[in-house]
Amino acid sequence: MPEMTLVGAINHTLDLALRNDPDVILLGEDIGLNGGVFRVTDGLQAKHGRDRVVDTPLDESGIMGSAIGLAIAGMKSVPEIQFDGFLGPAYDQLVNHAGRMRTRTRGAVTVPMTVRVPVGGGIHAPELHSDSPEAIYAHHPGIKVVMPSTPRDAKGLLLAAINDPDPVVYFEPKRVYRSFKEEVPEDLYEIEIGKAKVVNEGDDLTVVTWGAPVFQCLAAMDELPDDVSIELIDLRSIYPWDIDTVCESVRKTGRCVIVHEAPLTAGFGAEVSSRVQEECFLHLHAPVQRVTGFDTIMPFYKLELEYLPEAPRIKKGIEECLAY
Amino acid sequence: MPHRTVYEAKIEHLQILDEDGKLDKKLAKDTLTDEQVVHLYEQMRICRELDEIAFKLQRSGRMGTYPQNKGQEANAVGSALAMKKGVDWLVPAYRENAALFMHGLPMHFVLVYWMGDERGSKMPEGVNITPLSVPIGTHMLHATGIAWATKIRKEKDKAVITYFGDGATSEGDFHGAMNFASTMQVPCIFYCQNNQWAISVPREQQMNSQTVAQKALAYDMPTLQVDGNDVFAVFKAVKDARKRAVQGGGPSFIEAVTYRLGDHTTADDARRYRDQGEVDAWLDKDPLIRTRKYLESQGVWDDKKQTALEERAKKIVAEVVKTAEGIEKPSPADFFNSMYAELPADLRTQRDTMRTSSIGRNPEQIGLKAQAAGTR
Repeated sequence: MPEMTLVGAINHTLDLALRNDPDVILLGEDIGLNGGVFRVTDGLQAKHGRDRVVDTPLDESGIMGSAIGLAIAGMKSVPEIQFDGFLGPAYDQLVNHAGRMRTRTRGAVTVPMTVRVPVGGGIHAPELHSDSPEAIYAHHPGIKVVMPSTPRDAKGLLLAAINDPDPVVYFEPKRVYRSFKEEVPEDLYEIEIGKAKVVNEGDDLTVVTWGAPVFQCLAAMDELPDDVSIELIDLRSIYPWDIDTVCESVRKTGRCVIVHEAPLTAGFGAEVSSRVQEECFLHLHAPVQRVTGFDTIMPFYKLELEYLPEAPRIKKGIEECLAY
Repeated sequence: MPHRTVYEAKIEHLQILDEDGKLDKKLAKDTLTDEQVVHLYEQMRICRELDEIAFKLQRSGRMGTYPQNKGQEANAVGSALAMKKGVDWLVPAYRENAALFMHGLPMHFVLVYWMGDERGSKMPEGVNITPLSVPIGTHMLHATGIAWATKIRKEKDKAVITYFGDGATSEGDFHGAMNFASTMQVPCIFYCQNNQWAISVPREQQMNSQTVAQKALAYDMPTLQVDGNDVFAVFKAVKDARKRAVQGGGPSFIEAVTYRLGDHTTADDARRYRDQGEVDAWLDKDPLIRTRKYLESQGVWDDKKQTALEERAKKIVAEVVKTAEGIEKPSPADFFNSMYAELPADLRTQRDTMRTSSIGRNPEQIGLKAQAAGTR
């Protein structure tokens, strides 16, 4: 089994998808000859041709809107939006058109599209290159939102997204792009959208997170005393999300800390917290805690690690929740 | 030589049938037969009837807001006849009803839509029409994408037409759609119904461009201004554009100069912002009047035929209204069921319980509280 980084796994998966399905088309800014600014699509145009891995004009709304048209006509379009912060101009097309088409035509017109977007901070990028807008898209009905954190999950979720008959926003945590390698099976496999992964089993407290902070949580857990037993859940899918796995865990542990990079207020942690409170009320020993980005604009990179939920802040959140 | 011309262009205007119903025979060559003109005239007249009845339905509270098509019918019928039903895609805005019907949409669908029911956009199998698009200018990109798929799949003799108004050409997505279509050289026809008004804002205030057609020059797209109340000119322009599209010649732009004789919608009152004199002048250019004059001059139309058509139109529309009003209110489950191909579990729960609050879904919690209070 070959070892791959997150970038390598996504590249390998897109290659497989292009090879196996003539309806798959990749489009975006600089994704062809240049292989994408993160090299996620490196070599794919040379292999599959300019008609299938397409360098588009510089217009996010144009990319999203024409990708919707391609999907309406039955193609499986995979547009790339170069950075999280550039989703803004494409927001209307994604939310008001991709997300609504199936229901407003009662199933007659559908949009099987997968929107790839590098997401999150921690790589010393310029402004508007480090945001975490997953809650915005999870809030809008009609689209699905996923964020894998490992190469193996990245492959399974990407194939599931491409084969999904509905639009999926596929967030790629750029901090993890090249941070480690793991073995990735070479065959075609899907990971069900909506299923979380228990990264670490434990009895004392449940940590729920997704994307790059999975690794900050693991680092925080390493710093805790050996007799503290933490259950770490990587949500993987933001919408639909695995309410059952999270709530079962919290009913067992009685304590819950949610960690995400996006700002606190109306972040997706608010939704998770609310559901935990609704479904696990009589099992809770402490208020649900959230360790997240602050309600500020993501600072320029000199201060990005102070903004992000890094291991020390997560550790503190866990300790306080345990002490309550 | 400090200055040299690097680009020159001109915009042509095409009119074949003038306001008095007089035909330019030379230009009309290879366009429409009298039989086809009769057909188009009938379609326009039936749609005018639907328009009037739809207005009354709204006024009497039997239907929601509705945008009248009155005055613009030649655009819809002339263009639709030039497209290939069941093969080509129509990507409409909301003021080209007749085109939808000619492309296979049953008439009552449009009323069902404006009666607040999504089933009005549930296109029957084989009807290649995207739903009416109420937000302005966003749908043209979908037309570009659909046409792009056609090109990638090397589908022969297939093209896309998208309709929009003069106001839509101010939107960013209009330019995106034009640029993508041009860059990718896709078989798409951009049909602008320049009806002079975007709700209350006149064309001259919408843009400083002399014509809408010239906007396509920036994308190196064949572009033409036509008299949009002239079925011959509309048909010819779209037919030529379609031919170019299916032969690999890429997208085309058509600015059709027409006029919105009615209010923007039934929720609007155009008397607040435009002079009756202007409207009156355009009443004389009504495509129905001019087409009828032409047909009469050819000896293929008379008062008797007109009376018969009017009666037929009334009958058809009455039947359409009956069908639309006869459709039962859908069950609330309907607005859940088409959200995704497969509903997420939590959405199924919301549908099945019709509640978003949680206690009732956790009887265990209610039970414990009742026990504690000793009221069980």
